[in-house]
Amino acid sequence: MMDAKPAKSAIFRFKWFALVMLLLTLAPFFLSDFRLNLFGKFLTFAIVALGIDLIWGYAGILSLGHGVYFGLGAYCMGAYLKLQAEDLPDFMGWSGLTELPRFWKPFYHAWFALPMTLLIPMLFALLIGFPTFRARIKGVYFSILTQALALIFVTLFIGQQPYTGGTNGITNLQNIFGFSLAEPATMRGLYAVTVLMLGIAYLLCHWLTHTQLGKVLVAIRDGENRLRFLGYNPALFKVLVFAISAGLAGLAGALFVPQVGIISPSMMGILPSVEMAIWVAVGGRGTLKGAVIGAVLVSAAKSYFSENFPELWLYFLGVLFISFVLLFPQGIMGFWQKGRFEWATFILRWREKRFARSSSPNGLPRKCH
Amino acid sequence: MLKVKSRTFILSIFIIAVVVGVGSAWINDARSAEKEPIKVGILHSLSGTMSISEVAVKDGELLAIEEINARGGVLGRKIVPIIEDGASDWPTFAEKAKKLIMKDKVAVVFGCWTSASRKAVLPVFEKYDHLLFYPVQYEGLEASKNIIYTGATANQQIMPGVTWLLKNGHKKFYLLGSDYVFPRTCNLIVKAQLKAEGGTLVGEEYTPLGHTEYSTVISKIKAAKPDVVFNSLNGDSNVAFFKQLRSAGITAKDIPTMSVSIAEDEIRGIGAENMLDHLAVWNYFMSMDTPENKKFVAAYKARYGKDRVTDDPIEANYFGVYLWAKAVEKAGTPAPLKVRAAVRGLKFKAPEGEVTVDPTNNHVWKIVQVGKVKPDGQFDIIWSSGKPVAPDPFPSLVSNKIVLEPGKIVDRKK
Amino acid sequence: MGIETLLSQIFNGLSLSSVLLLVGLGLSITFGIMGVINFAHGEFLMVGAYVVYVLQTLFNKLYGHGASGVSFLISIPLSFFVAALLGFSLEKVLIRFLYGRPYEGILATWGCSLILQQAARNIFGANNVDVTSPKWLAGGVEAMPGLQLPYNRLFILALTTLCVVGIYLYLYRTAQGRRMRAVMQNRDMSACLGIRTRKVDTFTFALGSGLAGIAGCAVSLLGSIGPSTGQNYIIDAFMVVVLGGTGRLAGTIAGALVMGVLNPVFELISTSSMGKVILFILVILFLQGKPQGLFSLKTRALD
Repeated sequence: MMDAKPAKSAIFRFKWFALVMLLLTLAPFFLSDFRLNLFGKFLTFAIVALGIDLIWGYAGILSLGHGVYFGLGAYCMGAYLKLQAEDLPDFMGWSGLTELPRFWKPFYHAWFALPMTLLIPMLFALLIGFPTFRARIKGVYFSILTQALALIFVTLFIGQQPYTGGTNGITNLQNIFGFSLAEPATMRGLYAVTVLMLGIAYLLCHWLTHTQLGKVLVAIRDGENRLRFLGYNPALFKVLVFAISAGLAGLAGALFVPQVGIISPSMMGILPSVEMAIWVAVGGRGTLKGAVIGAVLVSAAKSYFSENFPELWLYFLGVLFISFVLLFPQGIMGFWQKGRFEWATFILRWREKRFARSSSPNGLPRKCH
Repeated sequence: MLKVKSRTFILSIFIIAVVVGVGSAWINDARSAEKEPIKVGILHSLSGTMSISEVAVKDGELLAIEEINARGGVLGRKIVPIIEDGASDWPTFAEKAKKLIMKDKVAVVFGCWTSASRKAVLPVFEKYDHLLFYPVQYEGLEASKNIIYTGATANQQIMPGVTWLLKNGHKKFYLLGSDYVFPRTCNLIVKAQLKAEGGTLVGEEYTPLGHTEYSTVISKIKAAKPDVVFNSLNGDSNVAFFKQLRSAGITAKDIPTMSVSIAEDEIRGIGAENMLDHLAVWNYFMSMDTPENKKFVAAYKARYGKDRVTDDPIEANYFGVYLWAKAVEKAGTPAPLKVRAAVRGLKFKAPEGEVTVDPTNNHVWKIVQVGKVKPDGQFDIIWSSGKPVAPDPFPSLVSNKIVLEPGKIVDRKK
Repeated sequence: MGIETLLSQIFNGLSLSSVLLLVGLGLSITFGIMGVINFAHGEFLMVGAYVVYVLQTLFNKLYGHGASGVSFLISIPLSFFVAALLGFSLEKVLIRFLYGRPYEGILATWGCSLILQQAARNIFGANNVDVTSPKWLAGGVEAMPGLQLPYNRLFILALTTLCVVGIYLYLYRTAQGRRMRAVMQNRDMSACLGIRTRKVDTFTFALGSGLAGIAGCAVSLLGSIGPSTGQNYIIDAFMVVVLGGTGRLAGTIAGALVMGVLNPVFELISTSSMGKVILFILVILFLQGKPQGLFSLKTRALD
């Protein structure tokens, strides 16, 4: 199917991408500062969703603890920004530390901290993924494990207040690369960077899924044992794609912190991680566009509900979970790509049956054309 | 084939343009800030582990607003509260604070409970140079020009409590707290005080917020044999701890506790029989015998139910709202900058007695009292400082800083 | 720290294990039979706990405050039935579309759990409510000087033992139980032999949910209960199931014992929060070596 496209539409294949990127770039002219800031946050969520779509939509691995990698990237960025603001972070002072701990010192430098926002989550993903996938732990067992890991990390980060800020997390950030975080211009700049990163992440995922690797991932999802019989080692691929998705989550976290101004262990926990999975489920698994759409839509809905109908938000989220799992398992994109034809066919057939019964002269069904 | 595709494409561009145009017009619609009423923000945890305490504070603030509105409002304008739920989640507090300030354009925010929530919203209030009234006792070490602290600092609650315990023969301390800023910092202060005033530390333990299994902690406490447990647990953890302490057969006679986050409202949830004879140190108790308090308690009960109770944080922002209203009248405008300047030095006859806003550090002078839990869930006031104590957010025992004026904190000169 | 502390910790561990066992049994049976992970299981616990509260409030209104003992005893079977009924309805409406689709099961039941929690918040308020323990459960027995075994924890142990024995007798001594085990071991073959697998599924789910309801009763003795009480136990329960292996009673018991007893022991030697972290890390490491858990059904399938 993929190879059958004529060369001409190579340009057109990316027309939607270009259009969306254009719209995103123009958004600062339409949205107020407050809304733009929120939208930037949604776009960082979209980056996480891309990573989750890679492992869940394509490789069939459901991680319910991806908040950990998001948080790790965010904490790295937070540490860097904090050290720009204060020599000794305030939470260290309240906790009785008088000197910056050794492992905090390198985060003063951007050339260390920024790559770390990608590398540290990827490293943890490798550490966790390699033995787990090698032991062939998969399916729901893996998902439960990721939840336990999320709990572990949250507890660790909360408990080490002198080193991580405890439940407060890292807050009270001043500026980034010299630009004050209080200025709307900085926020717009951060938004632009987020849009750029989202575009790059999307292209990266698109490329990955259209190469041989993408086919292997789908094979893992649909028939892992057969893949094994063909000579591939699924564990290696799973670890690779898990690490990539963790890196994406870390990148998203790093973009999240300066825009929202705070990172706390609550963003690493189980509830945010499960919400990340639902973004992909709503948008459509296995279609990268779906991940982006799902993340933005669900997060926007959450903001809307918590502002206007805070009581109803959890009902809405619960119903969303149930309906998109049962009724629209392909999600929005899936519905657009496949489901609408199925629905259309279903409706046409139903109408034909009704029409046939009432208009047929001798009560027999009409012939189909 | 190509024709259909390009038609769809052009059509979609058109639709998107329309949607964006309409949408942005709708989003950017500056909601006409009605000229008449004054909007104030109320930001508390209405759900989650802290809601057990914060919902009642919100009710106290709403009561004050209703009373002021009944008397004609402020500057002839009614006060309209806009309530947001922080959901016991600190990033949510920050987001809601931003929303109240930027989108709803409130004149002031009354809110927060845990130091974590306050620390999360502090940058927002400083960035937008706004105003927050914070009603809960806390660990100090802060004096922002954008916050009026109507709750006690360490030297108005923790330190007098520890001194009273040491004077009354409780020398060996076991420190138990929830794992976040306030208990940890509070215990730093207590440890320094023990060193300075001749007490000993026999144990220190922190449990996560919302933790409910205290059997191990109770075993550790029993093994350490303290004279008193200084308890800075917060939220639901207190319920679990005291219930399990009681069912392990330990009463206040065996191991007394002094709590800094348990007041009449929490006792309702824990059960007075589980807290009998245990101690708490506060600036306000519902059983205080002042005419203002009698009126306040009666009004609160009439509004919210006979079996509701008032306590220190509820009372703190109840008078906080009144202080704000008085400052607005004095400044002649609800603009946060002017109100901030006007509130300094203001006095008010609160249910706990007369309170004064200290102009050097934005905190409030309050009296200190120690209470013992009675079988009906009320406190028997067994000690009082008599006169209001000056607030000192940077006690010299633990800090080498001093506040010159709110927002200006410098190193203490030797 | 003397021997009393160690013994008291072991006892605390046993009582924690018993709560975990009650919750984990239901999960294990459900997952073993239907391949559905029910994330709303914690909410069945919450429902059971609220039944105790509601009944107590009712009795207090009708008979005054002395009736807490009677109301508690009645609420145990009542919690079972209410939770079982809720499970029965949930199965008919939602779960049966999720068989063999564990990922969908996780997400859909998570959605259910959110709805149930919010409903509890709306009905009972977001605050936790307190259940007064019956007077005859207050205090404890002095096993050794300095070692007090609280009656309520002893009661929970007894209750759990009763339930486990009951489940065992049901599974291994009755025809229905045999059918349940058959479906757990080989669904297709059981269907071929004429067992109505749909009925067994529904009934099993209801049974598992009812057990969680009884766990809720137990939990109400220990602390306050609220809409998020279920969440406190659900992750631990899942670890019990994953550690112990699904489909076998022995596995779940072993898993619950390990998790329940080791947790306080680790808490004792470090801090409260680190205790759980250490335990979880150890469990994860153990699973690397033995992914099926402590005990598991031996099948010949590759997966």
